[in-house]
Amino acid sequence: MNVETRAFKQADYKSDVKPIWCPGCGDYHVLMSFTRAFAQLGLPPEEIVVVSGIGCSSRIPAYTNCYGFHGVHGRSLALAAGLKVTRPDLTVVVASGDGDGYSIGGNHFLHACRRNVDMTYVVMDNHIYGMTKGQPSPTTEPEFDTALSPGGTKVRPFHPLVVALASGANFIARCFSGDPNHTADILAEAIKHPGFSFVEILSPCVTFRPDEKAWKEQVHAAPVTETSDQGKAARRLMTDDGFNIGILYRGTRTPYQPAAGKNDVDLSALEKDFEL
Amino acid sequence: MSKSPSTPKVANLHDLLAVAYQIEIDAVDRYKLLADQMETHNNPELVKIFRDLARAEGIHGEEIRRMAGDFDVVARAREMAKFEKGESPEEADLGSAHYMMTPWHALQLSLAGEERALAYFTSIVENTKDPKVKELASELVEEEAEHVQLVHRLLRKYPKPGENWADDLDPPVSQE
Repeated sequence: MNVETRAFKQADYKSDVKPIWCPGCGDYHVLMSFTRAFAQLGLPPEEIVVVSGIGCSSRIPAYTNCYGFHGVHGRSLALAAGLKVTRPDLTVVVASGDGDGYSIGGNHFLHACRRNVDMTYVVMDNHIYGMTKGQPSPTTEPEFDTALSPGGTKVRPFHPLVVALASGANFIARCFSGDPNHTADILAEAIKHPGFSFVEILSPCVTFRPDEKAWKEQVHAAPVTETSDQGKAARRLMTDDGFNIGILYRGTRTPYQPAAGKNDVDLSALEKDFEL
Repeated sequence: MSKSPSTPKVANLHDLLAVAYQIEIDAVDRYKLLADQMETHNNPELVKIFRDLARAEGIHGEEIRRMAGDFDVVARAREMAKFEKGESPEEADLGSAHYMMTPWHALQLSLAGEERALAYFTSIVENTKDPKVKELASELVEEEAEHVQLVHRLLRKYPKPGENWADDLDPPVSQE
């Protein structure tokens, strides 16, 4: 048998569509990390699907040469889960932002962690709604004081990593967009790990949060090694300063696979119902 | 912070050629990306500058490839020339880009890159025990030093803009 071996370069995963993110945006680096991770894993572009919702971060499928689905606001995880259970042979990567993923899609986030379908969820967190011009998001600091949030929101920020752990995510990591090689390494690990992998990428919004340029100096490698102990991970994450970078939890749960039930419907019969 | 890959170790002449080649190619890719960004954001003066810089770095890359003769410098570069934090010395900092940046800013990015490359090759000259590596690295140091001077000369043509260079009459923060 003649088995063709294909080697892939980063460029093989890039489309001809030019990104329209603001110059300086962290999402450029995230795109770079995606393509580096795919090349590192040697995944054929036609066997990867990048699914997204709405927001600056969610433009990413168009910039890759993989299959893509630019879905409804906050519903990318539902789309991706459906895709993965019907096509388990594909590598499914979901891209979102802190508004799309934690607010509009917050409910799906909980249940995607709980369901543990084998896919990777990447949230580009810039603590702001960038595309709609700077409203506070679930991860915005309570004292962030602008015309849109006079005096700050005074609302406790959402802690996505703690929520992911409590809800059952099987792999939890945090990265910084300004370190694309490290982010690519972590994305590759997340994709390889069975079950629902959650990767939060701190990705500065230079237009509406220019203060986030300082993240470069604030991020630091997590001082502890990764753990598979949920209790240990919970203690670490609850005392986390928000800038620990690395793999913080690697669980051992078995990924979800739909069981064959006695009421399973024959899809070809269903198709007939839709025939015109 | 990165656990891998680290700054490449140059063990012989082929490694040095590969690293030098990759540095130029990384710079080409980065300048092209910046040119695309400026094109999207309708800053044509910067599009031209970044495309010119990309072209200049590409010529240097080709020169290094020719110097390597029959040795496959491209393949070797792909194998070993990966830099810490994903930033090769001459790659301009993507995070410093701004849609209203001026030629002065572009040249500052270029200058920083040339200075990093100069420091990188200087460290090879200072640390290698291989005379052939030292000889070539010294040539590369001279070349990078010339580039630094060239950027300084260009900067005379493009003085530092005033403090209000980023003022936009129609700013993106339209709701504030």
